Amino acid sequence: MRYGMAVDTLKCVGCSDCVVACQTENDVPIGYCRDWIVEKTFGSYPELQLEIRSERCNHCANAPCVRTCPTEASHYGPGGVVLVEENECIGCKACITSCPYDARFVHPEGYVDKCTFCIHRVEKGQNPACVSVCPTHAMIFGDMDDPNSELSKAMATRKWKALIPEAGTDPKVFYLL
Amino acid sequence: MSHTMNRREFIKIAGVGASSLAFATPLFDFSKGEVLAPDTHPGMYSKRTPTYCEICFWKCAGWVHTNEAGNIWKITGHEDDPHSNGRLCPRGTGGVGMYNDEDRLKTPLIRTGKRGSQTFREASWDEAFEYIADGLKKIAEEHGPECVALFTHGSGGTYFGDMLKAYGSNNIAAPSYAQCRGPREVGFISTYGEGVQSPERVDIRDTRCLVLIGSHFGENMHNGPVQEISQATGKGASIITVDPRFSTVASKSKFWLPIKPATDLALLLAWMHVIIYEGLYDKEYVEKYTYGFEDLKAHVAGMTPEWAYGITTIKPEQIRATAREMANASPRVIIHPGRHVTWYGDDTQRLRAVAILNAILGSWGRRGGYYYPEKVSFKSYPHPPFPKPKRTWKDAYPGQYKLAGLALASGICDATVPTTERDCSFKGWIVNGTNLIHTLPNQENTLKAIDALDLMVVIDTMPMEITGYADVILPECTYLERYDSIRVSPHREPTIALRMPAAEPKYNTKPAWWMAKGIAEKLGLGHYLPWKNIEEKLDWELKQVGTSLQEMKRIGVKKFEREYDDLYPMEDLADFEFNTNTGKIELYSTAMEDEGYDPLPKYTHHEEPPYGYYRLNYGRAPMHTFSRTANNPNLTDLMDENSVWVNPKVAKGWDLKNDQYVWLENQDGVITKTPIKVRVTERIRFDSVFVVHGFGHTNRHLSRANGRGASDADLITRVHTDPVMGGTGMRGNFVTFRFEAGEEVSS
Repeated sequence: MRYGMAVDTLKCVGCSDCVVACQTENDVPIGYCRDWIVEKTFGSYPELQLEIRSERCNHCANAPCVRTCPTEASHYGPGGVVLVEENECIGCKACITSCPYDARFVHPEGYVDKCTFCIHRVEKGQNPACVSVCPTHAMIFGDMDDPNSELSKAMATRKWKALIPEAGTDPKVFYLL
Repeated sequence: MSHTMNRREFIKIAGVGASSLAFATPLFDFSKGEVLAPDTHPGMYSKRTPTYCEICFWKCAGWVHTNEAGNIWKITGHEDDPHSNGRLCPRGTGGVGMYNDEDRLKTPLIRTGKRGSQTFREASWDEAFEYIADGLKKIAEEHGPECVALFTHGSGGTYFGDMLKAYGSNNIAAPSYAQCRGPREVGFISTYGEGVQSPERVDIRDTRCLVLIGSHFGENMHNGPVQEISQATGKGASIITVDPRFSTVASKSKFWLPIKPATDLALLLAWMHVIIYEGLYDKEYVEKYTYGFEDLKAHVAGMTPEWAYGITTIKPEQIRATAREMANASPRVIIHPGRHVTWYGDDTQRLRAVAILNAILGSWGRRGGYYYPEKVSFKSYPHPPFPKPKRTWKDAYPGQYKLAGLALASGICDATVPTTERDCSFKGWIVNGTNLIHTLPNQENTLKAIDALDLMVVIDTMPMEITGYADVILPECTYLERYDSIRVSPHREPTIALRMPAAEPKYNTKPAWWMAKGIAEKLGLGHYLPWKNIEEKLDWELKQVGTSLQEMKRIGVKKFEREYDDLYPMEDLADFEFNTNTGKIELYSTAMEDEGYDPLPKYTHHEEPPYGYYRLNYGRAPMHTFSRTANNPNLTDLMDENSVWVNPKVAKGWDLKNDQYVWLENQDGVITKTPIKVRVTERIRFDSVFVVHGFGHTNRHLSRANGRGASDADLITRVHTDPVMGGTGMRGNFVTFRFEAGEEVSS
């Protein structure tokens, strides 16, 4: 089982609902976020294109944060989800430096925090909070090893990209184009 | 111009602790919310209670989840609710910030010293009610109760409205009419005999082509349409967006028409021309249901795409291509009526054009076009008949705004400024949940009106600019801490939704029903609000439709069967009589003609920005609702100031850089009170600028919002009033850039 996520850039309107839903679901303190919105404009008036992405930890299969963590606080959890064991984190920030996606931050309580794919929800058969709240149904979460999952089907039929593939981290968040 | 808004006097609004709670026992019984165990939060058990959202007026139903300590944890959408389909928008999800906001109004406040000195003292509820009742009695004796008006933009308006009607006035105005969707309702009523209503009766879900004129869904997060647009485009529907700005939805559109602002009516007429003269209209539908087609045909004969090109800057081939795109999708096509449509003063006529275009494409009453909504017929708790007022606001405007269907907030404001021509100007305002300083155009006029009042009561959850002008401030608890009326809204299938408190009111705040009843009792009018408490009232009302408060507390939303099987009554060209003079869809409006207005919409040229000035366009951001959310900790975390969008060519001419702060100055020399960040972007035309509405607060008690961004409302000093229904056209203002603040003039 390998958990992954696809964000449909044709549907995403960049409303940030995913950001607030994550914040309330996971008690992320105000001023911090585990997911965020990126908007890129291409072209010049009036020939324009806009790409909007909801971004987060890519839950890489070859995660530099896990490799660099001196205490093994950063580790692979169920389905390959990259997690931080807060009690084992010493706040050294090696993982923050090594992450090509800038997905981690130091929680005010001293440990490093990031997206968990809402594994506490996933284990109960629910979608991550961001996926379940998205008004345009722009996000798909699922098992990449299951060819019948909605995620696998979307990736088989749609054009997609991953971010910074040249970093070689084998990311698990994809953007449908 | 009066600069009273620039005053910096200390306003004692915030900073009152919870110690002043007036009641020892809780107002509500919290034991009855449904307990779900375990919920999804790690290691946590939680309770969920039903609500419907108050952050905007889509009123999505949802669940409020509270943790073991009784604190509100999160809010999620209600699966059975057709407004939200289980998914709230960012504002609804972030509604918890409204509850947690430490800057909330905390206890009743009464102005001290001379009126207008803007200093307050804390008061008990009883004292505040006494003060209000005395003021109301005095106005009734000296001027008549009709000289008191209620401005409301919130659920509590029902209760203050009933209190006001019992007192003898029915001057109840919502800025959502004359400052927002009024022209749309009048335009559609005069065409189809009924309006668009809210939620809009547009069948986006099943449409094949959606045309948006200035509507920026995705930035405007009205939940239903945003969800349905995604659904429809997923099924292959095309979008045509007409907007001087490359909005989010423009980026999802097959066609983006970057129209020259203020020329939309010419485009609409040219589209009609192409559709009629290329024979693309729905001939059977037009034949069967409409009145005045030949008049319309003759009217648009000369309005070719070439004619419109010169006005709109949209190329003729683009006008033809988009007209054909609509016709190909017909009847599953929606030319969307929009919502905030008070732009240029001929807005009812523009919305008439929208209504007509839909009619000739046969989309009204058809799947994928406009459906016939239904709502539960809901009986209110019985009360004695209200006294009949001797005068209404309309008496101040003899022969004007004849098709205005609801009271005009701006009309009441104007009629408050004393003149020798009226025997009574308004003497008392009750303002519930609307920050009139930012809502009404022409602030100078609003302040003049406020100056003339004998009594102003403001009910709000937050200190706003308007609260600074109140004689009495009543702090309302948030929607998460109170009951309100049952939400009974029209939709494809009728539903009702319950809002109940998920937590005890913080501080010394109270729900609107409790305040209205308390004031009515002080006035000796308690028998008009005869229920003991709101639970009794709601339970009685719910039992009339076959449910109960107990059941609704458990299920939150209840769906009902439609009474009539007429969701799309014109689908198969069945006979239908419209509620118009001719019984037909009036392409040629006899009602407009009877009242002396143009029976067919005409393009009128609007003034253009002078050299060095740019038209001020304003709109929404997905995480904010007007100024209401500007201090919400969760939502300001996402966006804490607005920016002014400027085309790179304009930026080059003014040497403007991204993130630089400037002041905007309008054609009348009015300068924003606060500076605003520049956003240089290709996504806007060179003849207009864009700002998100709701920022630029000057109330220092808004710790996150004060001084952040600038207010477009400051700059809307020129109003083009719609002669048909009194809508206040607000997009005829032009701005230029200033690199230093305006002079601060104290009054």
